[in-house]
Amino acid sequence: MTSIDATNSHHPDDGLDAVAQALRNALRTAGTPPPIVDAAAAAGLLDVAYATTDSPVGRLLLATTPAGLARLAYLDGDNEDAVLTDMAARLSPRVLSAPARLDEPRRELDEYFAGRRRRFDVALDLRLMTDFTRRVLAATAAIPYGSLSTYRDVATEAGSPRGSRAAGNALGANPLPIVLPCHRVVHAGGGLGGYTGGLDRKRTLLAIERGART
Amino acid sequence: MRLPPFQTLLDAHGRDVHRFLVAMIGPVDADDAYQETWLAALRAYPELRQAANLKGWLFTIAHRKAIDHARSRARRATPVAEPADLPLAPVADAPVTPEGDLWAAVAALPDKQRTAVALRFIGDSAYAEIAVAMETSEEAARRNVHEGLTRLRKEAVR
Repeated sequence: MTSIDATNSHHPDDGLDAVAQALRNALRTAGTPPPIVDAAAAAGLLDVAYATTDSPVGRLLLATTPAGLARLAYLDGDNEDAVLTDMAARLSPRVLSAPARLDEPRRELDEYFAGRRRRFDVALDLRLMTDFTRRVLAATAAIPYGSLSTYRDVATEAGSPRGSRAAGNALGANPLPIVLPCHRVVHAGGGLGGYTGGLDRKRTLLAIERGART
Repeated sequence: MRLPPFQTLLDAHGRDVHRFLVAMIGPVDADDAYQETWLAALRAYPELRQAANLKGWLFTIAHRKAIDHARSRARRATPVAEPADLPLAPVADAPVTPEGDLWAAVAALPDKQRTAVALRFIGDSAYAEIAVAMETSEEAARRNVHEGLTRLRKEAVR
């Protein structure tokens, strides 16, 4: 009710606050608006459906289009709006919260975190990647579960042998971390390199994959 | 054109749009009109030329859906009569509450006054937004709110 009650001060010129307040009170009985997501999907108007979920690597946002999973984002602080705004600009502004439509990728992620899944089967929508990022991530996807590769090897695989820095940037722009396993790419000299969600998460993911192997 | 993710519109205005529709056509028809409003908005959204007054735009759609429902109800009720003067009001659906009398008084307001009052106090709309939603001038919006409230106050005092 706060949004309604808070409006009192907006209308001092009306001078009829008692009536206005009674009107607002009368509508306390209006009930909850019905959900629109299913009707929107049935009408072909749900271009981007998203949900948030908790995981061993923190809160995640997942978003799917009719073509497949398009985005997996680590939520840190208040970047949720930024992630949604970015998708509205680059995919479609028809972005709606629709948790049930993310049940399948969430189930696969749960299995992965529990060490019971080694590869993901959900369909992917790769529209949030540039061509180069797509090539680099395709090379990354070929790294077996629990194994490591290097930025140099991934760059070579992507057709850019001297571009390990560019490959690193492309991995940093991975719109589907975990699912496209850029955490399996490290420095040739043994350093962990970087990670889109921070190195703690990279370590956690690699530990999960080591643990499940034994 | 940078449009915000549609969910932010739903979060910001969903409840007010629903209440507005309940006030306009009663709780039974309001749920249908609510879905129709948001589907129509979703359909048109990517083509929107400007995002300056999304709230006014949404309530314009909601207002039209309320009128559509009132018309089809009038047609159902009196199949032969031409629905010239629209019985928009949800008199029969008015909930039995301590505010029931006021509700009935709102329902009995002339269409433009009820719409303007509902937009003002339920939609929490500025006069400029009411003008957009009712497709009228800001001056007319102000006048309709004022006249509607004056009438309601008389009813409340009586």
